[in-house]
Amino acid sequence: MLLRVLTRLGVLLASLLASSVVVFGLMAVLPGSPARVALGVNATDEAVADLEREFGLDDPLPVQYWRWITGLLRMDLGESYISRAAIAPQIADRFQVTLWLVVCAMVLAMLVAVPLGTLMAVRHRQLSGLVLSTLSQVGVSIPAFLAGILLVAVFAVGLGWLPSGGWTPPAQDPALFLQQLILPVTSLALVQAAVLARYVRSSVLEVMREDYIRTARAKGLSPMRALVRHGLRNAAIPVVTVLGLQLATLLVGAVVVERVFVIPGLGSGLLDAVANRDLLMVQDIVMLLVAAVLVVSFVVDLLYLVIDPRLRGAR
Amino acid sequence: MTRKIALVSSVVGLSLLTAACNAGSGGGAGSSSASGSGSGASGPSGESVTIGLVAEPASLDFTKNDGAAIPQVELGNIYETLVKQDQSGKIVPGLAEKWTVSPDRETYTFDLRPDVTFTGGQKLTADDVVWSINQVKSAWTIAIKAKMDPVSKAEKVGDNQVRVTLSQPSNSWLFNMTTRVGAIFSRTAADQLATKPVGTGPYAFSTWRRGDSIVLTRNEDYWGKKPYFKTVTLKYFKDPTALNNALRSKTINVIGTVQAPESLGQFPTSQYQVIEGTTNGEVVLSMNSSRAPFNDKRVRQAVRYGINHRALLDTCWAGRGQLIGSMVPPTDPWYEDLTKVTPYDQAKAKQLLQQAGKTGTTVRLRLPSLPYAQSCGPVVKSMLEQVGFKVQTDTLEFPAAWLTTVFTNSDYDLSMVSHVEPRDLPTVFGDPDYYTHFSNPQMAGLLKAADTGTPQQETASMKKAARLIADDAGADFLFLLPNLIVADKNITGLPKNAITEGFDLSTLGRS
Repeated sequence: MLLRVLTRLGVLLASLLASSVVVFGLMAVLPGSPARVALGVNATDEAVADLEREFGLDDPLPVQYWRWITGLLRMDLGESYISRAAIAPQIADRFQVTLWLVVCAMVLAMLVAVPLGTLMAVRHRQLSGLVLSTLSQVGVSIPAFLAGILLVAVFAVGLGWLPSGGWTPPAQDPALFLQQLILPVTSLALVQAAVLARYVRSSVLEVMREDYIRTARAKGLSPMRALVRHGLRNAAIPVVTVLGLQLATLLVGAVVVERVFVIPGLGSGLLDAVANRDLLMVQDIVMLLVAAVLVVSFVVDLLYLVIDPRLRGAR
Repeated sequence: MTRKIALVSSVVGLSLLTAACNAGSGGGAGSSSASGSGSGASGPSGESVTIGLVAEPASLDFTKNDGAAIPQVELGNIYETLVKQDQSGKIVPGLAEKWTVSPDRETYTFDLRPDVTFTGGQKLTADDVVWSINQVKSAWTIAIKAKMDPVSKAEKVGDNQVRVTLSQPSNSWLFNMTTRVGAIFSRTAADQLATKPVGTGPYAFSTWRRGDSIVLTRNEDYWGKKPYFKTVTLKYFKDPTALNNALRSKTINVIGTVQAPESLGQFPTSQYQVIEGTTNGEVVLSMNSSRAPFNDKRVRQAVRYGINHRALLDTCWAGRGQLIGSMVPPTDPWYEDLTKVTPYDQAKAKQLLQQAGKTGTTVRLRLPSLPYAQSCGPVVKSMLEQVGFKVQTDTLEFPAAWLTTVFTNSDYDLSMVSHVEPRDLPTVFGDPDYYTHFSNPQMAGLLKAADTGTPQQETASMKKAARLIADDAGADFLFLLPNLIVADKNITGLPKNAITEGFDLSTLGRS
C-alpha cells in the first residue's frame, strides 16, 4: 500500500518536472518579443534590447529556466513583463474565479449525470431509456462554447432573464454573482453531464450483470433497490476515474467559456498573456493548470485505494 | 456511490471554501439602471454609466507601455495637458489659461490656471509641469518620447508660469503637447503610475479588476465643469459578439468602438443611437518598397489603380469609414481629398504591371489578426488577382508576431494595418528605414519646412508631402476607420470624432 502511494508520488513529481521543461521550451520558440510588445510600434531596436536585458531575456535559456523554476519552488512567480506587477496575486484572483466555474460545473454535472445515467441503465431496454441515451449523445457533441453562445442568445439577449456575462466577487454582491454564474456553469456542465451520464450508464450496466446482483434479485429486491444496496459502490470506480480525466477537459472548456462570458479567470488571463507575450505569466498559468490536472489524477488514484478494497492488496 | 462522489467534491470543495472566504472585493462595477432619471445632463448627478471597449490596457503607465488603450482611459479623464484639441482638431487652452510664442517661434510661455489640484490633494505648480516635461526626456522608455526632442529646456518663471525653449521652431511639438507626451504628472505622486495614476482631470482612478473593468469616480474638486456621471465603468470585451450582447442585455450602456459594423443592424434606432465620425486611423495597405516587386513605382501604382476602394469599403466594413487617398484624416488642417490621384482603373493597372514585366508575380499579403484586416484582406486579394497579381495571404498574430515579422524584419510584400497615432505621416513615410521603406528625396525637406515654418507654411508643405506619397504610390490607403459608437438612446454628449488619444468621458450625460 505505502509502496504504491510512493510510486504514484514519484510519477507525479517526474511529470511535473517534465512538463515544466516542455512549457518553458514552448515559450522559448514562440515568435515575438515581450519587450517589443510593451514598447509598441515605432520602438527602436536599442530600446527593445535594453528592456530585454532588464527582463533577463538575453541570458542563456538554461539560466532563464533555472531562474524560473527555482522562483516557483520559492513560491515566487515573478513580475509580469507587460504590466510590471507581481504575478502571484493576479493568478490567485483569477484562479478563484476559474475554480468557482469548474467546481460548480462539476457538481452540477454530477447531480444530473448520476441519476440520469442510472436511469438509462436500468431502463436500457425501454423507450424512455433509449430517448435519454440519444439525448445524452447529442449533449456530448455540443461544445461548451456553442452551448454558451446559444444560452446567451436565448436567456440573456432574447428573454433578458440573465446577464450576458461578467463577473462579480460573491462577497460583493451575492445575488449578481449567482446570476452571472448560471449561464457559464450551465454551458460547461452540459457537455460534462452528458459524458458522465454515459459512463455512469455503462458502469451500472456492467455491475447489473454481476453475480451478486443476481443474488440480490433472487432475494426479491427490485432491480433499482438491488443496485442501490449492492452495486453502486462498484459502479463508482470507473466514474471516479473519468471524473479526474474530465477535469482537464473542464479547464480547457473554462478557457473558452470565460472568453464567451467575459469572465476574468485563468483562461482569459492565459489568452491575454499569450497575446501580449507576457511569457512569464503564460508559463506560470500553464504550469498551474498542468499541476492541477496532475495532482487531481494523483488524488483520484489514491481514492481508488479507498473505494475499492480489492486494490489494496500488494498487487 | 453518491457518498464517495461527495468525498471527491469535498476535497475540491474545501479549497473552494477557503478561496471563497477571502474572495477579494473588487471595485463596484455596478451597471447603472437602464431607466434614465430624466434630470438632464446639467449638474453632477449620483448616477453611473458603463462603457464597453475592446482593448484592455496592459498597465496604467503610458510612460513605459505603448498601446492606445492606456491613453484612451487616462488622457483627458485622469491626466490633463497644458493645451488640448477640440472636436474640430483646433488647439485650445487646457491646464494653461493662455500661452505666448516668441517671434522666432522657439520660446513658448505658458500661464497655468491658478486653481488646479491633483486628485491626491497637491496643488499644481510650475514645478510639476517642468518635472513632467523633463521626465519624458529622461525616464520614458517608449518610442514616442522622441516627440519631446525639440525641447532644449523647460524652466519655472513663476509659480504659475513655465517657459519652454526649443532648439528650433517646431509646429508639431505644440500639437504633440495635446497628446499623452504632454500629460502633466504630480512630481510627488508619480511613483506608482502603473497601478495608481494621479492627475488633475475630471475623473480619478478608483479600481481596476484585470481582465474585466476599470472604474473611475468623479473628481469632486475638479477645477472645470464637473461631469454628470459620478461613476464611469470601462468594461473590456475580447469578443465583438460578447460586446454586442452586453449592450443588448443592458449590461453596458455604450459600445465605445464597434468592431463589426455589419452587426449594427442588431440595434434598432427606436432603442439605440448610432454615432459615426472620424478617427486618425488610416488603414494602410503597405507595400515593401525595399525589394522587388514593390521597389518599382509602376507595380505600386498598379495596386492603387487595381483596388476599387468604394466597393471594398462596402464589402468589408459595411460602407462605414471614409476614403482618403493619402495619410491625412479630414480633421487635420492640410487634408485634401486625394482619392482621385489614382482612381479605380483595372485596365490601367494591368497595363502598368505589364510595362513593369511583373504580370503573374506572386506577392505575400501578411495580415495582422485584427477585425478589419481579416475582413478586408480577402477582398484586396481578389481585386489584385483580377489585375494580374498572384496573392498569397497569411495571418500573423497581432501584436507580437506581426511586430516581429512585418515591422521589425520587413519580411513581407504587402501588409495591412491601421496607423492610429495622430499626425503620423512623418513617422510612417518620413524614414526610409521604417517598415514601409518609403524613400523620396523631397520628403525630408518638406517635413522639415512643415515643422519649422509658420502655420501657413506648415499646411502648404504637409499638403505637398501627402500628395507626394499618393503620386509616388508610397502605399495604398484603403480607408479611414470610422469612429462608430452605439449607445442607449438617452446617453448624451458622446464624442462624434475620435481624434484625440483619450476617450473624453467628462461630456457624457443622460437625458
